[in-house]
Amino acid sequence: MALLQISEPGQSPDPHQRRVAVGIDLGTTHSLVAAVRNGVAECLPDAQGRVILPSVVRYLDNNGRQIGHEAAQAQASDPENTIASAKRFMGRGLADIANRDKLPYRFVDRPGMVALQTRAGEKSPVEVSAEILATLRFRAEDTFNDDLYGAVVTVPAYFDDAQRQATKDAAQLAGINVLRLINEPTAAAIAYGLDNASEGVYAVYDLGGGTFDISILRMSLGVFEVIATGGDSALGGDDYDRALADWALTRLGLSAASAQDKAAIKVAARAAKEALSATDSVAFEAVLSGASVSVNITRSDFEAATAPLTERTLAAVRKALRDARLAREDVQGVVMVGGSTRMPQIQRAVGEFFGTEPLINLNPDEVVALGAAIQANQLAGNDSAGDLLLLDVIPLSLGIETMGGLVERIVHRNETIPTAKAQDFTTYKDGQTALALHVLQGERDLVADCRSLARFELRGIPPMAAGAARIRVTFTVDADGLLSVSAREQTSGVEARIDVKPSYGLTDEQIAAMLKDSFATAEDDMKARALAEARVDADRMLLATQSALEADGALLTADERQAVDALMARLRETLAGSHDAAAIEAATEALARGTEAFAAERMNHSIQKALAGRKVETI
Amino acid sequence: MNLQDNDFTLFGLPEQFAQERAAIDTRWKELQRQAHPDRFAAQGAAAQRIAMQWSVRINEAYQRLKEPLKRAAYLCELRGAPINAESNTAMPAAFLMEQMAWREALDDAASAADLDALDVQLGRARQQTLRGIAQSLDESGNAAEAARQVRALMFIERFAQDVQSRFEQLGQ
Repeated sequence: MALLQISEPGQSPDPHQRRVAVGIDLGTTHSLVAAVRNGVAECLPDAQGRVILPSVVRYLDNNGRQIGHEAAQAQASDPENTIASAKRFMGRGLADIANRDKLPYRFVDRPGMVALQTRAGEKSPVEVSAEILATLRFRAEDTFNDDLYGAVVTVPAYFDDAQRQATKDAAQLAGINVLRLINEPTAAAIAYGLDNASEGVYAVYDLGGGTFDISILRMSLGVFEVIATGGDSALGGDDYDRALADWALTRLGLSAASAQDKAAIKVAARAAKEALSATDSVAFEAVLSGASVSVNITRSDFEAATAPLTERTLAAVRKALRDARLAREDVQGVVMVGGSTRMPQIQRAVGEFFGTEPLINLNPDEVVALGAAIQANQLAGNDSAGDLLLLDVIPLSLGIETMGGLVERIVHRNETIPTAKAQDFTTYKDGQTALALHVLQGERDLVADCRSLARFELRGIPPMAAGAARIRVTFTVDADGLLSVSAREQTSGVEARIDVKPSYGLTDEQIAAMLKDSFATAEDDMKARALAEARVDADRMLLATQSALEADGALLTADERQAVDALMARLRETLAGSHDAAAIEAATEALARGTEAFAAERMNHSIQKALAGRKVETI
Repeated sequence: MNLQDNDFTLFGLPEQFAQERAAIDTRWKELQRQAHPDRFAAQGAAAQRIAMQWSVRINEAYQRLKEPLKRAAYLCELRGAPINAESNTAMPAAFLMEQMAWREALDDAASAADLDALDVQLGRARQQTLRGIAQSLDESGNAAEAARQVRALMFIERFAQDVQSRFEQLGQ
C-alpha cells in the first residue's frame, strides 16, 4: 500500500483544486504515462511496477483483449490477432504502408485509413491505439484514485494532419480529454529543462521504433520556439530490426514464409539488436518452420547493414538545419530521444555530425512522457508558477488543388501555430455554381505527390462569368496542429467549411457501439460514464468562471455580474439535484455561452495590461 | 486594443519601416505569453476560441513585421499605395535589363562558385533596394515610390529563390 502523504502547511494546493493531468507518450513499440507528483515528473508504474506498456493489443475470443506485456508475448504464437506498431498505420492508407508483405497482419484496404482483420472483426488503428490509451488512463486513475482531468498526448513532429487527427480521435475514444497534442521532440526538450538552461539553439534527435524526428529549437526567456522540424515518419528501430533480419536470412540462405516465421524473425532480430548495444558479437537464434537456426552477427556487421538508415537520418538533419538557416556549429546541444538512440553507432554518428557529445542522461524511453507531464500539469492550471510557453510550428505545408493538378500552398511549413491564412480563388467556367475543393499536405508541386487530406464542395454560387466570383478559402490550424478549412464566395456570402478528418471506415453508430462495449478494463456502463463526464465538465466550467471572476470581476457591470452569477447558481443546482447528463451539459453550455463576452473582455484586458506594462519598462 | 488594430499598434511599435528585429521577436513572445491558447487550457471552450483568435492575429502580425519585404508592402498599403503585384508589373527598362543579365548568368552557372558570385550580387542589390525603401517611407514620405521599390524587391526575392533551388540541385 502506498504511504499516505502529508504536506507542509500552506504548501499543498486544495485537493479539490488539484486536477489529475498526465502526459502520455503513445509510442510505436511502447507507451508510457507520466504525471507531476510533489513537483517532480515521474512515469507511473502498473501494479507490477513496470512503467513501460508495450504498444501491443491482442484480440481474443468472446470480445476479450490482452494489452501490453501479455499481448507482446503472444506476438510469435498468434501474430495475426496481435497488433503491434499500430502507430505506423494511423491515418495511413494501405498503399502508404512500407514493407507490408513483411508484416504478419491481414490488412484491409479501407478509404482513408487501412484496417486490420482480427478474430474479433475488423479493427482500425485508431481503435487499437484507443485500447492502449485507455489502459494508461486507467493506470493513472488507479494511481491517483481520481478521475483524469486531461492529458497531453505526444506525436512525432513530422506527423501530418491525418496522423494527428487519428491520434486525437483515439484519445477521445479512450475517454480522455486531450489538453494538447505536442510534438515528441518538444516534450523531450521540456523534460531536459532546457528552458532553465542558457539561451541558445538545441537539436532534438528522436529515433523511435517506427519514426524519426529532428527538431531545431531556440530557447529564450522561457519560450520554446521550434524553428524547424523534419524527419521521416516511416523510419525507426523497426527498420534496423528488419535490416538485421534480412542480413541473417541472407546468411542462412532462408526466407520467412509463414506469419509465424515472420514474427519469430522479428522478435529474434530485436533481441540481437539490443544485445549488440552492449556486446561486440551475438548469436541470432530463431525457430523457423519448426527448425532451430542460428548465425553469429558482430556489431560491425550490424553497423554496415544499417549504415544507409543512419545516413537517412543525417540527411533529414541537414535539411532541417537548412530550413532553420543555421549551420551545425550554431547548435549548442543535442538531446537524444527514443530507445533506438541507445545504439552506439547512432550516438557516434550524431556526436560526429554536430561535433558535440549528445545529451543522454535522462532515460530515452521516458523523456517524452516526462516532458508531456510537465506541460499537462501547467495546462491544467496546477502549476501557477509555471512560465513555460511553447510556440510550435506546422511540420508540412498545406494547400489546395488548382487547375492542372497543381497544388497552391496556403500555409507554409515551419510557420508558427496557431495560424490562419486565406487565399482567393475564382471559377473556371461561365455560370459555374459549385466548386470542388481538394485539401492537400506536402512539399511537392503536383497533387499526385502530396497527401490528400479532404475534399469538400462549395455549392450555390450565383451564376457569373468565368473569373468573376471571388472565393476566399481560409485554412485555420489550431494549437494542436489540426486543420479546418472554410470557403466563402465574397459577393453572395455562400459558405462551406470542413474539419479535416481522416475517414477510417467507422460510422458514428459504430463509434457509439465501441464506446458502449467499452474497453477491456472498463466495466462502468455508458450512462454512468456520460454522467461522470458531464459532472467533470461542469466542475471545470464552474472553477474556470470562479477564478475568472476573482481575477477580473471588476470588468463586469452589476447587471452582467448578476447574469453570470445566476447562470453559475443554476449549474450548481442542476449538478446537485440531477442525475441527467443532458441537463447538466445544457446548464454548462448555457454558462459557457453566457460568459463568452466576459472571456473576450478579459483577453483584451490582459493583452492591454501586458502591453502597458512593457511600455512603462521601455520608457 | 482590438483584433482590427494594425500590426504596429498591436506590437506597440512606431509605424515606420526601420525596426529592430530583436525588439519584434521580444514583443511577439510577450504577446503570445498573454494570449496563447495554452494559457487558457484550463478554462472553457469560449476562452479557448478567443485566445486562438488573438494568437492567430499576433502570429499574422509577426510574420508581416519581421520580414522587411512584407513590412514595407504593408506600410505602403497603410499609406494608400498598395503593391498590386499581379496587375502592376511595369518596371524601369534598366531594372529589366539587369534582371535579364542575372537570368542569363543563372542559366550559365555551372558550379557553386558561379552561384556564389551571383548570390553576392543579389545580396548587394537587395541591400541597396532596402535602403531606398527606408528612405522613401521613413524620410521623404513617398509611399508611391516605396511601392515601386517593393515591386523591384519582389523580383529580386523571386530570383533569389531560383538561385537557392539551383544550389540545392548542385547538392547545396
